[in-house]
Amino acid sequence: MLRILFFLSSGLFLGWSLGANNAANFFGTAVQTKMVKFHTAAIICSIFVIIGAVISGAGTSHTLGELGAIDTMAGAFVVALAAATTAMFMTKAGIPISTSQAVVGGIIGWNIFSATPTNYTALTKIVGTWIFSPVLAALIAFLLFFIVRFFVDRCKIHLIYLDALIRTGLIVVGAFGAYSLGANNIGNVMGIFINSSPFHDLNLGGILSLSSIQQLFLLGGIAIAVGVFTYSKKVMATVGSDIYKLSPITALIVVLAVSLTLFLFASQDLQAWLVAHNLPSLPLVPVSSSQAVVGAVMGISLAKGGKNMHFHILGRISLGWILTPIASAILAYITLFFMQNVFMQPVYQ
Amino acid sequence: MNSIFFRAKDLQVSMDSFIDRVESAALILWEGLKAYMNNKPNRFEEYCSELTRLETQADSLRRDIKYKLYTYMLIPESRGDVLGVLETLDDVIDTSKKVLEDFSIQQPEIPDFMKEDFLELIELSHKAMEELAKGARAFFSELKLVNDYVNKVHFYEHEADKVEKALKIKIFSGDGVTDLARKNSLRYFTEKIALISDESESVAERLAIYAIKRRM
Repeated sequence: MLRILFFLSSGLFLGWSLGANNAANFFGTAVQTKMVKFHTAAIICSIFVIIGAVISGAGTSHTLGELGAIDTMAGAFVVALAAATTAMFMTKAGIPISTSQAVVGGIIGWNIFSATPTNYTALTKIVGTWIFSPVLAALIAFLLFFIVRFFVDRCKIHLIYLDALIRTGLIVVGAFGAYSLGANNIGNVMGIFINSSPFHDLNLGGILSLSSIQQLFLLGGIAIAVGVFTYSKKVMATVGSDIYKLSPITALIVVLAVSLTLFLFASQDLQAWLVAHNLPSLPLVPVSSSQAVVGAVMGISLAKGGKNMHFHILGRISLGWILTPIASAILAYITLFFMQNVFMQPVYQ
Repeated sequence: MNSIFFRAKDLQVSMDSFIDRVESAALILWEGLKAYMNNKPNRFEEYCSELTRLETQADSLRRDIKYKLYTYMLIPESRGDVLGVLETLDDVIDTSKKVLEDFSIQQPEIPDFMKEDFLELIELSHKAMEELAKGARAFFSELKLVNDYVNKVHFYEHEADKVEKALKIKIFSGDGVTDLARKNSLRYFTEKIALISDESESVAERLAIYAIKRRM
């Protein structure tokens, strides 16, 4: 058990860091405007992250599995560790990166080390979503902006009542965002451990059954929740996010746009429905909520006439797309070498 | 969750009541001074005490709104703007009350040939105040109409300025009024009445800026 927990620790650390850094994207405005107390927001966020991870987390994890099926716990530990370390340094350097980019780099590093051919179709699909997700978030925010403005202008809602509606909306949409975050990003946290999962299917008195993968996701979800409780308050208060500079109504639009983007890239049901109706479907890939936030904020700026656009942020995102996977792949390769030859642990079968 | 909507409704009612007071103050000012000009002292005094009562009510409503805005922690991003609007609206009511009070205390004797000009000035100030109240109402629930009302306030203030100037010329030139003390007293009342439209314009300008800030 101790060995399992040790090998899972790097994934749990990834989960902790995800919770600490991403909760602000969904509940930052609600907490900063004192709509909800931090603890209430953290409880709502944690519950919905765990629900999203356990119920809908399989889709994105499957796509990561297509890229490289890491088949030993030691290998998965190293890849998660390399990804977490890269993500930490990139975040310190102020580059808005996605954990997904670091994880993909780590998996490719493992593929090279274990001489497993990389599935380029899956890789293209994943890299495509990195570029497409902020664009999609921008598009959704752009459209939502006009829809919301139309209703606010037509409905003649009193300023005070509108404020109450927005505040309620921030909590509801924040909960949806937390669900989408859990569903979309659990693949980053636990996806690499799926093929080496030490758990067995569990049936609790015929009421609740949890597959081994769902147990992994539950653990990952709890790690995210711990990150939310222990560190996200600091992130909300100090680091801040682009959302804070917006008015509550535009912040609501941004949170909704980001939540929808994450949901679209995570929902297996929606994908199945689209495929069944011969409609183009989105691949199920973990995407970055922080990059989606940047996209959504730009969408709002565009809707307002393109003023105050900070194009240099796009440059920093693109830098993250290239630097993060490369750094993570190199780090994973080196660490796998040490794990295999110094610590004598099998990193692939 | 219900409590936030209950609090919002409660505050909305208080704000609407406050703006009702501004509208009423404008009407009372107009009717009161008309009564004074038409030599109906009893009716004038009634309006005078009514406006004093209304000013006290507006004051307490404003304090109540301020208290609720901070304790309920509503509209954090525009709380300062809203309180600014309410405070300056309250100042306009205050000035209206002081005008009636000064008429009541000093009982200025308005020459007949000037009464029409005074009535015109009073009407313009009253209209500026009335449009301001409509603008304030629009600021809270129909933002796109704010500018229309602000423009009307500008118009009435400008017209009031013209009448004020003409009235002052009439006071100080010609043989209608010979006593310097009386001339100064009439000038004082002319300026006091015109001040209502000037203050209305200042609040309207605030409204226009806050409306731009609030627009999506």
